[in-house]
Amino acid sequence: MKLRLHIWRQAGPSDQGMMKTYDLDNVSEHMSFLEMLDVLNEQLSERGEEPVAFEHDCREGICGSCGMVINGRPHGPLPRTTACQLHMRTFKDGDEIYIEPWRARAFPVIRDLVVDRSSFDRIIQSGGYVSVNTGNAQDGNTLPIPKVAADKAMDAAACIGCGACVAACPNSSAMLFTSAKAGHLSMLPQGQAERYSRSENMVLTMDAEGFGACSNHYECEAACPKGISADFIARLNRDFVKASLGTSA
Amino acid sequence: MELHSHIPSGPLERKWDSHKANLKLVNPANKRKFSVIVVGTGLAGASAAATLAELGYNVTAITYHDSPRRAHSIAAQGGINAAKNYQNDGDSVWRLFYDTIKGGDFRSREANVYRLSEVSANIIDQCVAQGVPFAREYGGYLANRSFGGAQVSRTFYARGQTGQQLLLGAYQALSRQIGLGKVKMLNRKDMMDVVVVDGKARGVVIRDMRTGVIETVMGDAVVLATGGYGNVFYLSTNAKASNVTATFRAYKKGAAFANPCFTQIHPTCIPQSGDYQSKLTLMSESLRNDGRIWVPKNHGDHRAPGDIPEQDRDYYLERKYPSFGNLSPRDIASRAAKEACDDGRGVGPGGKGVYLDFSDAINRLGAKVIEDRYGNLFEMYERITGENPYEVPMRIYPAVHYTMGGLWVDYNLMSNIPGLFVLGEANFSDHGANRLGASALMQGLADGYFVIPYTIGGYFAKGGLSSVSSDTPEARQAVEQAAAKVQALLQINGKRTSQSFHRALGKIMWDKCGMARNAQGLQEALQEIPALREEFWSNLTLPGSGEQLNQSLDHASRVADFMEFAELMVRDALQREESCGGHFREEYQTEDGEALRNDADFAYVAAWGYGGEGAAPTLHREPLEFENVELATRSYK
Repeated sequence: MKLRLHIWRQAGPSDQGMMKTYDLDNVSEHMSFLEMLDVLNEQLSERGEEPVAFEHDCREGICGSCGMVINGRPHGPLPRTTACQLHMRTFKDGDEIYIEPWRARAFPVIRDLVVDRSSFDRIIQSGGYVSVNTGNAQDGNTLPIPKVAADKAMDAAACIGCGACVAACPNSSAMLFTSAKAGHLSMLPQGQAERYSRSENMVLTMDAEGFGACSNHYECEAACPKGISADFIARLNRDFVKASLGTSA
Repeated sequence: MELHSHIPSGPLERKWDSHKANLKLVNPANKRKFSVIVVGTGLAGASAAATLAELGYNVTAITYHDSPRRAHSIAAQGGINAAKNYQNDGDSVWRLFYDTIKGGDFRSREANVYRLSEVSANIIDQCVAQGVPFAREYGGYLANRSFGGAQVSRTFYARGQTGQQLLLGAYQALSRQIGLGKVKMLNRKDMMDVVVVDGKARGVVIRDMRTGVIETVMGDAVVLATGGYGNVFYLSTNAKASNVTATFRAYKKGAAFANPCFTQIHPTCIPQSGDYQSKLTLMSESLRNDGRIWVPKNHGDHRAPGDIPEQDRDYYLERKYPSFGNLSPRDIASRAAKEACDDGRGVGPGGKGVYLDFSDAINRLGAKVIEDRYGNLFEMYERITGENPYEVPMRIYPAVHYTMGGLWVDYNLMSNIPGLFVLGEANFSDHGANRLGASALMQGLADGYFVIPYTIGGYFAKGGLSSVSSDTPEARQAVEQAAAKVQALLQINGKRTSQSFHRALGKIMWDKCGMARNAQGLQEALQEIPALREEFWSNLTLPGSGEQLNQSLDHASRVADFMEFAELMVRDALQREESCGGHFREEYQTEDGEALRNDADFAYVAAWGYGGEGAAPTLHREPLEFENVELATRSYK
């Protein structure tokens, strides 16, 4: 098939950036979206032009590296699908496709479609863990965890940290990401000791990093390639309120 | 080059305990005076960095990703082995040890493998304490499943995302130490070289991938946890950025590279669909718990799979290996698939595929149970192929997945360069000629959580480390060499992209040094690789500059090292005139096509020393001594 691509090009963090148009021919429906960009980049390189920078690694939908807004939707039109798992059979001959980076104050553009998501790491560093040193653990089966709780924790833990939730949110809030990590740990007995301090610290870091507040649009849930539920936001809000009112003890 | 394995004396089951008791300790107040550089933040690197920081060492961790959470350990699907015997099915430390030694076709060290098996149970406990959401039974206890090469159920898992959950556990532990200021985390830095001063590893050269700035990080020890080199084949299940540069540069600085020809071809991957293919996707081995592998019995049978009746199907693994059946080890299952396809009975485009069929399991257990077990894998398969595996069998084909070879290390996981430690897939130590499923995660975390924290202390306690700065001539020279390499790549101004060169190299390696090898093909590869390398250095096109994010430059720099490393792999495959595990030399097989090992002549680790620019590498042999297991012909029949 033949496609017309409109892609955000920005040479560096301080460059203004603009959309540029490229025509691409002979695209196979079996290609992944990123393989389609590979083909474009090969052609650009052979012409001596600089290829489009985009982040990617595992190409199996699990590392969370890839992320771009495709026709206005983070990771493109398919639900629960990362850009690397999106295949060109979703598109048709003659389509025009608009490709942009995540847009959020807390995710500054580094180049083209590559943004800096280290703010996510700093949210985790402020409390997204269980404080246990290596070597302190008791036998794993001394702590039975009901299957329902383990499954629910796993639902939250499935987050790949790609940032689509932030890109989809009109406020650029990181509440789905933050609540997924806090929820994963607060669902489990291991996470109880630090449950409230964790919630408070992570939310305060999120605010300090320049993410917006949640005002219940649920765009994040719709965009999440791992289908993480916005219910975790409600759970985090409850824990955060308890922590800040000092009623958690 | 002298290679001492430093395996402690005494009975096998006492070696690790007595070694720990004999290792000298570093006083807690003195630990902060030692700085450790950890390169790579996958399971091995993140667990090591976190644990060393907990102990009080100053740690600098380095990754080329935007975040330590992206390392390729994250993609491991099926699970992690541990000798817990929770299932009461006869598992034990000994049995896990024996399965691993046998699975590796008797080409690994007894003592290392036994230690791995011993600490496996601690890993599960540690991960549970961190909040890793392992699968649970209704009673709340940990669930297990089975993997290839084992007749017990000892694999712990978190849906089809075990690697992700274990990595996030280690990443959280690492993040905690970063937050506490105990680990300095450097993201988006590509390691270009090791700095060796007075014969000891004292630092690394890194290139900032955003700005191109090249500098050194100096310290008292360097820990490489930089993964495997499967991408030498271009198409593999590895992540796109996985590369050999860190370990290969260490090799060029004097570290021995062991058994580079030992690569694992995973039997269940989604077949290639076109020449634009950028990588291959694994379908977890756990699928073989319920999926049955078959091809049509008769040549030229092009009916749809559902129209082929039972009597016209060849369930070849069940036929050839009745006691392990569809759970035969990876090397054996891969070769059997190749055999069926070479025989002209493969399915799908080009006949490069076999069926992995769930219809029996769906009929027996219902689609809901299968969805609970493998739902996310089935979804992934459908997204990639457009076919629904609940209705038609999956098509799968073997693909490069893991590399058992790596830098040579002793029992302390230290290479022959003092102060250079190597963990996880980057070392050669535990899997011999073939790795069993669910053992890579086990080894990465064993090395990082439970081995290096002890052995690195023993190294520091010996003393003899004076302070070094980035101004030492060795450090300055290493920086200059790295800068020169980048400049050289940017100045070629040829016509062919690094992707194109990488594909060409991968084709040579797959055709001549892949699932089956022979002397003639390997000799041809030894001609073709240098010719391609020469073209690379004279005809590479590399747009952009070295002063800003330039992904083409990152890639070209890695391909340049693959071009040299490939030759070492081929040499190793050529000298090993036997078939063992993933290394199948066509000249050495039994009458029914099984691998023919030669213990009399090849029961050794092949450790290669760099010979200098243009000179041949030298082969050192570390004999493998088996005092506790009897060398037997591996049989899964």
